[in-house]
Amino acid sequence: MLRIHNIEVVYSDVILVLRGVSLEVPQGAIVALLGANGAGKSTTLKAVSGLLRSQQGEVTRGSIEFHGERIDRRAPDEIVRMGIVQVLEGRPLFQHLTVEENLLTGALFRKAAPRALRQDLDEVYSYFPRLAEFRHRTAGYLSGGEQQMVVIGRALMAKPRLMLLDEPSLGLAPLLVQSIFQVIRRINQESGVSMLIVEQNANVALQISEHAYVMELGRIVLDGPSAELQENADIKEFYLGLTQVGERKSYREVKHYRRRKRWLG
Amino acid sequence: MNWPLVPQQLITGILNGGVIGLIALGIVLIYKSSEVFNFAHGHMVMWGAFLTWWFAGAAETGSELLNLPLWAAVMGALAVSVLLGLLIERMALRPMTGQPLLSIILMTLGLAQLLEGLASIAFGVEPKSNFPAPFSPGDVLVIPFPGAFGDAIRLKYTLVVAFGVALLGALLLIWFFNRTRTGLAMRATSENHEVAQSVGINVSRVFALSWALAGMVATLGGVLMAILTGVSLNLATVVLVAFPAILLGGLESLGGAVLGGVLVGLSQALVQAARPIEVRNSAEIAPYILLLIVLIIRPEGLFGQKRIERV
Repeated sequence: MLRIHNIEVVYSDVILVLRGVSLEVPQGAIVALLGANGAGKSTTLKAVSGLLRSQQGEVTRGSIEFHGERIDRRAPDEIVRMGIVQVLEGRPLFQHLTVEENLLTGALFRKAAPRALRQDLDEVYSYFPRLAEFRHRTAGYLSGGEQQMVVIGRALMAKPRLMLLDEPSLGLAPLLVQSIFQVIRRINQESGVSMLIVEQNANVALQISEHAYVMELGRIVLDGPSAELQENADIKEFYLGLTQVGERKSYREVKHYRRRKRWLG
Repeated sequence: MNWPLVPQQLITGILNGGVIGLIALGIVLIYKSSEVFNFAHGHMVMWGAFLTWWFAGAAETGSELLNLPLWAAVMGALAVSVLLGLLIERMALRPMTGQPLLSIILMTLGLAQLLEGLASIAFGVEPKSNFPAPFSPGDVLVIPFPGAFGDAIRLKYTLVVAFGVALLGALLLIWFFNRTRTGLAMRATSENHEVAQSVGINVSRVFALSWALAGMVATLGGVLMAILTGVSLNLATVVLVAFPAILLGGLESLGGAVLGGVLVGLSQALVQAARPIEVRNSAEIAPYILLLIVLIIRPEGLFGQKRIERV
């Protein structure tokens, strides 16, 4: 459904961030995008959602297609209307609005009837029962995990066909990460929303996804079915923190790591 | 204190404050959607008053084109001020998107000068005393009040009506912000432009809308001020009393702006009633002293948003 074809992204007309990224999200799939800091993962997501432009970024080459339609020249609100919603990194919500108001902002563009909105809210609350309890609280005072729920719930209110999730696990306790990812999988299965997930936590991301891409320095360097990547020696070493034997890595091998990274990039 | 004057001054202060509050509302409106503090608002107020005056065909030269009744002139002025607001947003603010906030705020200062210059070219620099007033200054409401000066409180009709209009406008705006879809979009946009974009809100449309609304509110305030004081280029300086009102009430609060306006009006009126007025311009200074005290106790103003900080 989403096809990114060999795109190049430039910030402020000079800084080349993506150099020929191609990837594909099939209908109903969960696809993971892994990579170190600064590899260009978030930029890839913003290229899709159109949010690049407000940061002086631009897709200078290649194309992005959604259901066969070019979207790389469209405004962010048009792209949301087409069914692509990005959940930004760092769970930014509208702090001074209540939880329910935050959720409602996600549906603003649809101009839905109040009763339909009620139903959509109930659907979000069924995924995140915690939020129903806090619906009238000021969102800024929620805990990190609850804020992440609000942000995902808000995206869900847009009735998207494709969700772009930018590091949903950022700064959350391992247990919470597990439960957030469980809900993400449920949303994918029950509401049929396709997902493109950017993650540093390669472990969880590879478990939940069907296919994964690995980025380094603005390029895709590796891709394949997640189950296969989990067994890939490089992935194990660089992203899962295991040596080839499957033990925790020691820092003695950092030199080797550097050498391998250069080769990969 | 000149006690017999106090009841009269109390009421006058509150009524005046309502009008100040309405002018303050226009600034809060823009601040709420874009975090830009609009220093040109006073000049938009002045333009609203001049436009109404022009539509009413009140030119002293006798060569008036239009001779609309006041209500129609106000409608005409409202329509033009909406366009003016949209034009300002389109020509001046949209190109500044993504620039530091300070440059945008300074730009509104420049805008103020531009509007003043254009007004003096279009309408001339002399103050106009012939603004079409719905009531003559002699029309007063006399409320018997034993103990007050002359045993009665005298209220100008114009002032009472101005207060009513200001209050109605404020209530409408508060309803709009808290109960409508567009209001929610505006509140969301004011918090974070990028996130608002990411949920599909058309941010530039929200800005345009808030400037159009601010233009209307400014015109309404301008008309009310002009009825009370006449039209002149100096009308723009009313913002100097609106600023303390906004900061008192809290930058983000519509209700706070109105209440702040009333507090400013009251403090001015009561200082005027105080017998020993040795300090020159003490009535103009009073609101700022009040403001200082409030800001020391509550830095975000009476109803402003507390910065949310989680550790």
